[in-house]
Amino acid sequence: MSRASRRLPVVITLFVGLMLSIMPLPGGIQPFRPDWLALLLIFWAMQLPRSWSVGTAWIIGVVLDVSYGTLLGQHAVALCVIVFITVRFHLLMRVFPLSQLTATVFALIALYQFILFWINGVASVTAPSVTYWGPIITGTIIWPFLYMFLSGIRFRAPSGA
Amino acid sequence: MVASRGNNSNPARIPALGLRVIVLILVSIGLMYLDHRQNHLDGIRRGIDAAVYPVRLVVDAPVRFWNWLGDSTTSRNELELELGRLQAERLLTNARLQRLTALEAENARLRGLLEARTRVRDEVRVAEIMAVDANPYKHNLVIDIGSRDGVYDGQAIVDANGVVGQVIGTGIMTSQAVLISDTEHALPVEVNRNGLRTIAVGTGEIDRLDLPFLPNNADIRAGDLLVTSGLGGAFPAGYPVAVVNTVTRIPSEPFADVTATPSAALDQVREVMLIWSAPPVVTEDDGEEVSE
Repeated sequence: MSRASRRLPVVITLFVGLMLSIMPLPGGIQPFRPDWLALLLIFWAMQLPRSWSVGTAWIIGVVLDVSYGTLLGQHAVALCVIVFITVRFHLLMRVFPLSQLTATVFALIALYQFILFWINGVASVTAPSVTYWGPIITGTIIWPFLYMFLSGIRFRAPSGA
Repeated sequence: MVASRGNNSNPARIPALGLRVIVLILVSIGLMYLDHRQNHLDGIRRGIDAAVYPVRLVVDAPVRFWNWLGDSTTSRNELELELGRLQAERLLTNARLQRLTALEAENARLRGLLEARTRVRDEVRVAEIMAVDANPYKHNLVIDIGSRDGVYDGQAIVDANGVVGQVIGTGIMTSQAVLISDTEHALPVEVNRNGLRTIAVGTGEIDRLDLPFLPNNADIRAGDLLVTSGLGGAFPAGYPVAVVNTVTRIPSEPFADVTATPSAALDQVREVMLIWSAPPVVTEDDGEEVSE
């Protein structure tokens, strides 16, 4: 398969992830928006760590910071750290059963939210605590489904090419 | 399946991963420092913002399409009804406007007598709110005009009923604004009834503002209208902000507990108006004696 055809699914999913990240949600459930881009980057860093690792995460993070109007570099650094951990342990994570992988992802998103919370604290940005634990819960719940969906894309596309 | 993984399943380690991540983290910390301390990065932010603009358009498109569809499939009957309603409303507004014109002229004359400068009329322009959610930690919104149209940081935003917020970041084609209900937003207001000045602070709840700096004996009661006082320079004076909701006076506390409900429908607006106000008008009537 060509390089381009392998990149396309990743680029498309990341683009859709960005759209989902800035899509309007009704006020009540807005804090529970999963960290789509974090989840997607964890998956792709786990599967294709050579093409998609910390550099991609950083760029996506900066784009997210600009679209959210948060401190430039805040999401970038948080995504960088969790993708680094994912790439570091990608071989291990690939052989995890789904339940164990979900627990790992829970820990990763918790770390991601903690870094965001910490930077907000340093920059004295206050927000209700639900904006931090909400995405962790929904992200963990959504991960198994997202994983199966992305695995479908990941392992079907090359065989068709 | 296994074969298709190619060289990615090669257990060899990714070269220089640790180094790369450390460099990127340091760069991020540098960026955050610069962004927090000074506004050196506005150019970069604006550039990336322009790159994200298509994504915003795509996200906004379905909502826009839905509205368009709703508009274009409204039945003739409904349209006629609405037309009638609007005409009645226009008549009423026009009648009020007549009085306003007279009042404005009178006001200008009186100000002339007092040798105070006439208040300059504010310029307004309608902007549409894009259906994109911004910062999860803040009450923000994105509007569809930017620095290309002359939007500037700190510009006041109102809707038909009252103050909505102010611009905090301008891109080329879009701008970000903070709502008055954001926890970090405070605006100088005065009670319309008696001119009592205070500050309305956002609470993080979309339908509540706090007035934390009013002493227990302050002359304020539920139902009072709060309008912008024009102090601070960001907001032009005289726009309605909120209606006082509850006043709780606790004798043991230095300040009364006063909450107000924003006049603008902060979570329902689709169109807002941006105000280009003239530089803060200095009324020279205080401290200056009228010579005989």
